[in-house]
Amino acid sequence: MDNSEGYAIELRRIVKRFPGVVANDGIDLKVHRGEIHCLLGENGAGKTTLMRVLYGLYRPDEGEIILNGQPVQMTSPRAALNHHIGMVHQHFRLVPTLSVEENIVLGLDEGTGPFLNFRKTREKISAIADEYGLSVDPQAKVWQLAVGQQQRVEILKTLYREVDILIMDEPTSVLTPQEVDQLFNTLRTLVDDGLTIIFITHKLDEVMQVSNRVTVLRQGKVVATLLTAETDKPTLARLMVGREVVFRLEKSPMEQREKLLEVNDLHALNDRGLPALRGVSFDLFGGEILGVAGVSGNGQSELAEVLTGLRKATKGRVSLAKKEVTNCSTREIIDLNVAHVPAERIRIGIVPALSIRENLILKDYRHPPFSRWAFLNNKKTEENAHRAMSDYQIVAPSDETPAMLLSGGNIQRVILARELSKNPSLIVAAHPTYGLDVGATEQVRQVLLAQRERGVATLLISEDLEEIMTLSDRILVMFNGEVMGIIDAEGADIEEIGLMMAGTRQKGEEL
Amino acid sequence: MGWETWIITTLSRSLAYGTPLLLGTLGEIYAERSGVLNLGVEGMMIMGAYSAFTTAYITGSPWLGILMAAVVGGAFSLIHAFTSVTLKANQVVSGLSLTMLGLGLSGVFGRGWEGKPLPASIPKITVSGLSKIPFLGPILFEGQNLIVYLSILLVPLLWYVLYRTRIGITIRSVGESPATADSLGINVNRVRYLCVLLGGVLAGVAGGYLSVAYRPAWTEGMTAGIGWIVIALTIFAFWNPVYGMLGAYLFAALYHLSYRLQPWVSPELLKAMPYAFAILVLIFVSRGTLQKRMGAPAALTLPYTRGEE
Amino acid sequence: MKRHVGFKVERRPVASGRVVLLVSLLAILAALVVAGIFFQIYGVSPIRAYQLILRGSLGSRFGLAETVRRAIPLLLCGVGLTIAFRALFWNIGAEGQLLMGAVAAAGVALFTGLPGPLLLPAMFIGGFIGGAAWGLIPAILKVKLGVNDIITTLMMNYIAIYFVEWLIHGPWKGPSVRGFAYTDTFPRAAWLPTIYGTRIHWPTLVLGLVLAVVMYVLVTRTRSGFEIRVIGENPDAARFAGISQLKTTLLVMLISGGFAGLAGVGEVAGIHLRLLGPTHISMGYGYTAIIVAWLARRNPLAVIVTSLLFGVIMVGGDVIKVSLGLPFQLINVFNGLILFFLIGSEILLRYRISFLLRS
Repeated sequence: MDNSEGYAIELRRIVKRFPGVVANDGIDLKVHRGEIHCLLGENGAGKTTLMRVLYGLYRPDEGEIILNGQPVQMTSPRAALNHHIGMVHQHFRLVPTLSVEENIVLGLDEGTGPFLNFRKTREKISAIADEYGLSVDPQAKVWQLAVGQQQRVEILKTLYREVDILIMDEPTSVLTPQEVDQLFNTLRTLVDDGLTIIFITHKLDEVMQVSNRVTVLRQGKVVATLLTAETDKPTLARLMVGREVVFRLEKSPMEQREKLLEVNDLHALNDRGLPALRGVSFDLFGGEILGVAGVSGNGQSELAEVLTGLRKATKGRVSLAKKEVTNCSTREIIDLNVAHVPAERIRIGIVPALSIRENLILKDYRHPPFSRWAFLNNKKTEENAHRAMSDYQIVAPSDETPAMLLSGGNIQRVILARELSKNPSLIVAAHPTYGLDVGATEQVRQVLLAQRERGVATLLISEDLEEIMTLSDRILVMFNGEVMGIIDAEGADIEEIGLMMAGTRQKGEEL
Repeated sequence: MGWETWIITTLSRSLAYGTPLLLGTLGEIYAERSGVLNLGVEGMMIMGAYSAFTTAYITGSPWLGILMAAVVGGAFSLIHAFTSVTLKANQVVSGLSLTMLGLGLSGVFGRGWEGKPLPASIPKITVSGLSKIPFLGPILFEGQNLIVYLSILLVPLLWYVLYRTRIGITIRSVGESPATADSLGINVNRVRYLCVLLGGVLAGVAGGYLSVAYRPAWTEGMTAGIGWIVIALTIFAFWNPVYGMLGAYLFAALYHLSYRLQPWVSPELLKAMPYAFAILVLIFVSRGTLQKRMGAPAALTLPYTRGEE
Repeated sequence: MKRHVGFKVERRPVASGRVVLLVSLLAILAALVVAGIFFQIYGVSPIRAYQLILRGSLGSRFGLAETVRRAIPLLLCGVGLTIAFRALFWNIGAEGQLLMGAVAAAGVALFTGLPGPLLLPAMFIGGFIGGAAWGLIPAILKVKLGVNDIITTLMMNYIAIYFVEWLIHGPWKGPSVRGFAYTDTFPRAAWLPTIYGTRIHWPTLVLGLVLAVVMYVLVTRTRSGFEIRVIGENPDAARFAGISQLKTTLLVMLISGGFAGLAGVGEVAGIHLRLLGPTHISMGYGYTAIIVAWLARRNPLAVIVTSLLFGVIMVGGDVIKVSLGLPFQLINVFNGLILFFLIGSEILLRYRISFLLRS
């Protein structure tokens, strides 16, 4: 859809760096007025960062933002709003105890002074709602609304402020299918009225359904910008995940031992009470690494939490070595020798203020030799610490150093040392190499492979597709809380994986 | 004493005694609505009582005394705001230390002032026309004073501001979800400072009322724990100014009646009631939906730092 | 090339013991200076005042005895509070727990008719239970219902105060003298022995010292202590490690409330020998103990020192009243200042300010 009116937004050579990573690496983006433009990519591709630059939440290190032909400085969200750019975030910015109209008006200075004319507000809200089919009761309290309705409030908030450009960040991740349809209808109405919409997503169906054009980002760079009508899902999938040659690590052929973990129709809710797991089923065998691929937020963390006792399953069964363990407490699962290498290393994996020595016994302190009766055996914990530090090459002034002073890699080494010290039968490893340097990453991978040799069953959750493909024996792809497919890693087609990650079920798994 | 006279006297006295409770509660409601717990109310009240008395004595004007009480209460509360909001220190400890300071300072400086008569106190007012209204007349319009009327007028005003104006929405959002408020350009710290300041000013005035209007005199420790009842009443009022008023007058009435009710309930147990009720209210609103509907501001006692989402 | 001179403010990862001590001393010093100003206003030289206080509280046999006996309830409550604070349970209710311990002790002493040798141990056990029960209620409310611990413990204080008032004016009323109400005097067997010539009820003192050591061992060397520390440092990691927040919170408040209860036993069985008005049993010991615990940086052993310090301060109040004619209330001012400067100084512990010369 070429138009001679010029672009609504042009981003030129945007660079945004964070410590250790270049989130946006010279990105060019042109968005036409009146189109729905999708930004497609995996997590870490840079889509959200880019939009935050556009919305004034971040300042770009290099590059220009040009609106309607004029270069502008986006110093803050207020500046963005002044330029008629609005953003609906993935996690809503609403105050639950306030009503819809109060939320819409929050932070606005309409020049009427401290007092509010609610009647006028209500009329304006109704007018906008009617025009775009966004019905919602202005006086309802937000906490009473369903998620889809809350999203409508967020949209109304931006429309109330008369935006021309609307950025939506993964809007459908919290919606039911019906609500998704309603959202798309709304978007089409908005566009008919002259709005421009940028839509961040990782779901191919949505791209094909609703966008005019799509820009694919990967690792901070633009891979391609295409007309939606001129492309298809397989192409997009390939562009999204890349076609690098994958280097395989030296790995002995898998000796499949007994079935260790059986997961059947697992359902669970996430922290916001929405379904996160919708009937996940799979088996895991000793001596294999099952990689869980998928864009973050599709239920992987909830899966790890259910398996380790940190979250309740609402339905379904989990058996470990033929023993039913569904909804066992965390402590029971720990005592069953399940190791958990958590994604949030610092927040839950260690106690930052305690020493390395103490962190190493964080799960084991209840058992001999670390404690007898009620008392901790300091000598044994010290011995354990020395051994762990040498086995896992933990670099620190002493074993009494507080864990918070360690580097990311060393923290992970402490966690590994602790989790693996009891010779677990099952390891749940979530994003184990995230944020680590090359050396630490390599070490972690070697450790996981060594455990595999010993017959341990490992569930490896990672956003790094390359890592999944090199380490796993089989790959399970999750999307929207469901298993899209399970395939052998050997000879896996990355395009097929990409398709599954973006919402297409594996052939033969069609419902 | 006939029944009717008895009820009228009780209600009239409740109005008088409930006024400092009301003023303190209104202020604390605003402070807590913005997310700051102010346990220094007792200290601010006693300092208000002291400064009102001494200013009134020296200048001869009880109203200057009230003004001074407001200033002193406000100054104290600014200290609390600084430690709680800017330094993000523990709000409980900060409030307690200010109460200790307030009690101590007023005790130290107030020593020479005990027993001194106050020449000019806030005059009692009788509105001749309105006081003839049956029943309500003698309660409301005989022997009360301006501060009582002002405090009553504050209730609908503060209610309206909190629930129907932009300011109120801003305050409530800061207390419920400061991250959201911040992302919409609201200056969270400034809102909290202002609300804590209002709390301190009203607490000061409440104390001043006691020493220059209610029973014009200064005694060390004369607030006798009213500040703590205010903390309980704030919860009992579900952080709503109108319920705050009802609660303040209700408990004032109970106190006034405590000796009268002695055959049925002992006065000491009656005095324990605001505190027990506050706990019951907290239990009541602890369940999910009720908490959202009527519970404490979600961010109460939690300092806010941008970026900690 | 430009040269910048600037501040760099960064979060200090962990404050070393030395820094903590230094900062605590700074806070006390600041309080001394400001309080000194008040002395000056009354025309008394601060140096002279502090000299008198030190001499009066530590320099004479009587003074030292009074200091120690004031420190006893502070010690017991303070040790209990360090445990509670370590688990992030904001127990503002030590005052009420102390009173309930006193009530239980009085009840045992006056109404159970136990034989002599059993009486005192029973009183201590009863006092522990009374204080612990009073502390467990807010604990259960917090863990099961998420009710704010600060408010509940605070409210329970006042309920306890009026409960005691009710008892001494009502069902347990003894002879009334001079307008004060209290119970009958305890039977002789319920009197705690004191060190000759002083009011130091030494069994409670010994109990306090022993418990301080025991708690130190608990925190540093036992499983429960480990769990308490983990919960206090990182509740999320505690969950991850399978530590039960319910059990730990209950344990912590059992200890904290129980110890405060023991302090209450000491006061009524050692000093007053009857149950009397709440403000006479505890002159804010429960609140002062918060400062004691805070200053001790939640280390039970350090409480021995800080409780003694506040004993000095309390006796100092008497000294300045008697010798200098200054109001006792100055103590409250001093306490408030110390507490205030303590929390203000915490910012120095959290952040390190360094000067930078950048080019």
